[in-house]
Amino acid sequence: MRKYTPKDNVQKKAYYTNRYHVVPSVPTFAVESDEVFAKQLEILKAKVAVKSAKIMLGQMIVEINAEDNFIALETLKNECDYAMLSEMSAVDYLAKNGNFEVFYQLLNLKDVKRMRVVCRVAKGQAVESVVPLYKSANFAEREMFDMFGIVSNNHPFMKRILMPDDWEGHPLLKTYPLQGDEFASWYEVDKIFGKDAREAIGPENRDQAKIERYDTKRFSRVGYEVPFGADISKGETKTEIEYSKTLLVDYTKNSGKQLDNRK
Amino acid sequence: MAQHQVNYASAGGLPVALTTVDHLVNWGRSNSLWPLTYGLACCAIEMMASGASRYDFDRMGTIFRASPRQADVMILAGTLSKKHAEFARRLYDQMTEPKWVISMGSCANTGGMFNTYATVQGVDRIVPVDIYLPGCAPRPETLQYALMMLQKKIRRESANMKKNTKSNLRLI
Amino acid sequence: MQQPNKLTPFFENLNFERDDNTMVINFGPQHPSAHGQLRLVLELDGEQVVKAYPDIGYLHRGIEKMAENMTYNEFLPTTDRLDYIASTSNNYAYAIAVEKLLGIEAPRRAQVIRTMLLELNRVISHLFFVATHALDVGAMSVFLYAFREREFAMDLMEDYCGARLTHSSVRIGGVPLDLPAGWMVNMRAFCDKVDYELEHTYNALLQENRIWKMRLENVGVLTPEDALSWGCTGPMLRGSGIAYDIRKEEPYELYSELDFDIPIADTNDSYGRYRLYMAEIKESTKMIRQLILKYDGTEPQLMAHAPRYISAPKEEIMTQNYALMQHFVLVTQGMRPPKGEVYVPTESPKGELGFYIKSEGEPYAYRLKCRAPSFFHTGLLQEILVGTYIADVVTIIGSTNIVFGEVDR
Repeated sequence: MRKYTPKDNVQKKAYYTNRYHVVPSVPTFAVESDEVFAKQLEILKAKVAVKSAKIMLGQMIVEINAEDNFIALETLKNECDYAMLSEMSAVDYLAKNGNFEVFYQLLNLKDVKRMRVVCRVAKGQAVESVVPLYKSANFAEREMFDMFGIVSNNHPFMKRILMPDDWEGHPLLKTYPLQGDEFASWYEVDKIFGKDAREAIGPENRDQAKIERYDTKRFSRVGYEVPFGADISKGETKTEIEYSKTLLVDYTKNSGKQLDNRK
Repeated sequence: MAQHQVNYASAGGLPVALTTVDHLVNWGRSNSLWPLTYGLACCAIEMMASGASRYDFDRMGTIFRASPRQADVMILAGTLSKKHAEFARRLYDQMTEPKWVISMGSCANTGGMFNTYATVQGVDRIVPVDIYLPGCAPRPETLQYALMMLQKKIRRESANMKKNTKSNLRLI
Repeated sequence: MQQPNKLTPFFENLNFERDDNTMVINFGPQHPSAHGQLRLVLELDGEQVVKAYPDIGYLHRGIEKMAENMTYNEFLPTTDRLDYIASTSNNYAYAIAVEKLLGIEAPRRAQVIRTMLLELNRVISHLFFVATHALDVGAMSVFLYAFREREFAMDLMEDYCGARLTHSSVRIGGVPLDLPAGWMVNMRAFCDKVDYELEHTYNALLQENRIWKMRLENVGVLTPEDALSWGCTGPMLRGSGIAYDIRKEEPYELYSELDFDIPIADTNDSYGRYRLYMAEIKESTKMIRQLILKYDGTEPQLMAHAPRYISAPKEEIMTQNYALMQHFVLVTQGMRPPKGEVYVPTESPKGELGFYIKSEGEPYAYRLKCRAPSFFHTGLLQEILVGTYIADVVTIIGSTNIVFGEVDR
């Protein structure tokens, strides 16, 4: 029987998991355990609805509603000194929860604190752009759109950034295979030579250990040679390798005479 | 280098060199290979290192040119992404004949470790390649050796490039 | 098939001659002074840039996607190819992120070696910066001198890990190898050499050089507010007068024990940044000298002891049954870190390099995001280039010190 592979997540999976395997979790702490974070959370709670908040590995993680992302970041920037948006991107949870998790990684240079604002975005839902607050979101939001298809409203230039403009699909979705789909595999051939050239060029070789035994154009033999392009499906004609002979000149006798004949 | 010593008829005391046109033209072509600086990724750093002080590519007559119109050999050094492939082909088309291509590094040869959606699986899908150069990233010595191999290849060719079409695999 | 001999340029929606008397020129993606595959579309009014539009992605290789399809140890050599000028800093940033997730710490000797390698990589990267920056601006000889010193540093890296460029010299949980015999002597000689050459070659050639100063002073001025807003880190941030260095503020490895200064430049321009880079090389050699003294007297253990995640040393695998079983499981299935998410910032030569890892308790990361400093420095170009002259564009790109392996990933 063919093995069932889920279609909503085509990434690599562990081929074997012990059925008694219990997944441990990274320990989390309450926000009250850190004074600075607790104060900042209070300021944030006054402005937006906070779904959950915790401290994991020294950084506060606050979950809010996706509609509040601009107000939350504005509050954090103006009232809590989070002057820099280090990073923002998304995580694909479509297969599991039917939504994306968008995170904003913020840095407070004064108190040396880092926190992450997290919000959940359904498929097709857009988030408000934070470019007016942090200009670094300009490229980061475009990358998020390119990789996941999450649009940012009011972004100055919402176009693909890493992939070409005419690309199909969003590569970091879990439904997108690592080695690309049909469109991706012919992209450069179609673009440069046109679709007619597909047959002449042939499909991509994705198997890195592939050896074609009867191919005498691209594969050599160890210790002997066969003529280039010869058909050897019925048997090989072995030729010993002729190493190129360098021209040896006997300089010691000062005659400049050749020692062997060069053909 | 010693292969290019012209066999002067000095035994007879005559200041005359006898050779064929093929030899003469190939002698010139192979000893002044000007590569196009086509640095794409990590291998470009090693390509720069081979042009810099310790490895000194210039002594082989290899001077990096920034314009495809002045270049003879295209050293494709690094990962060629699908977005870039179009430009690589265009620059190859802009180079004047005769032209050769060295594919430097695993990524350029086969896609290497980047067996992903965004990488061209071997630049020979785009341009005809003369020398494949293994390694990730190849050392400057490897690039120098590859260039010497290319010189050898050029010396074997006919100076009339039209005669070389079949043996050179210039199919595309 | 496209017609290469056609003289009309075929960019999809760009017109070269426009009605409003500005000209659009295309710079890259294959340009000798674009530091890789940067494509800039510049709108010019005479010689002045009116609008700049950096187009990136020409080196996009899908590294983040690869991370989701590889076990944690498998992915480590791929991080070499991010910032390929200082590979060890990427290896380290990835390894420390996974270590934080696992909750383990490398042994003391491994920490000494790691910190030393990180600083050596900083010297390599900064020398490379000086070389290419000077080459772009037009000082060819500096390129040759800087590569001469850089080759010595490459020799040291090669003695340690066998590779010149793609080191993979840091593993999750420690380092794979101890320092070879005589390495420290060479290292100290290298530090002396770099310090000497810094004073007598680079500073002598560039620092008070009239042309160099004219090309760099007041070019690429970046105000502190803009630097923060654009997410600039590392020398770009400190070049704008903000003394924020992760090594000092959020110390990792042995940086809390070392005595070093954070050089800053408050002129906000390219010349200040160049001075900053030179000062940082000096600080790095100072740190390496201190680390050489710290190496003696450490225990010879190189990898952390955590049988659930890290393979035992080779001797134990060959002699003890349980260690062999653990090793077999770790190699065939990969380690399974606990469920959680982590973001660890480190100070790479270019700026803040951090890995965000989301783990669902499987051997494959659920999501890995690489926070690359160069990515944000490239975004800055669309603002900093506006109003400058076209000759300064190359200076500013050189001054931002971007590397396309980590911009496009």
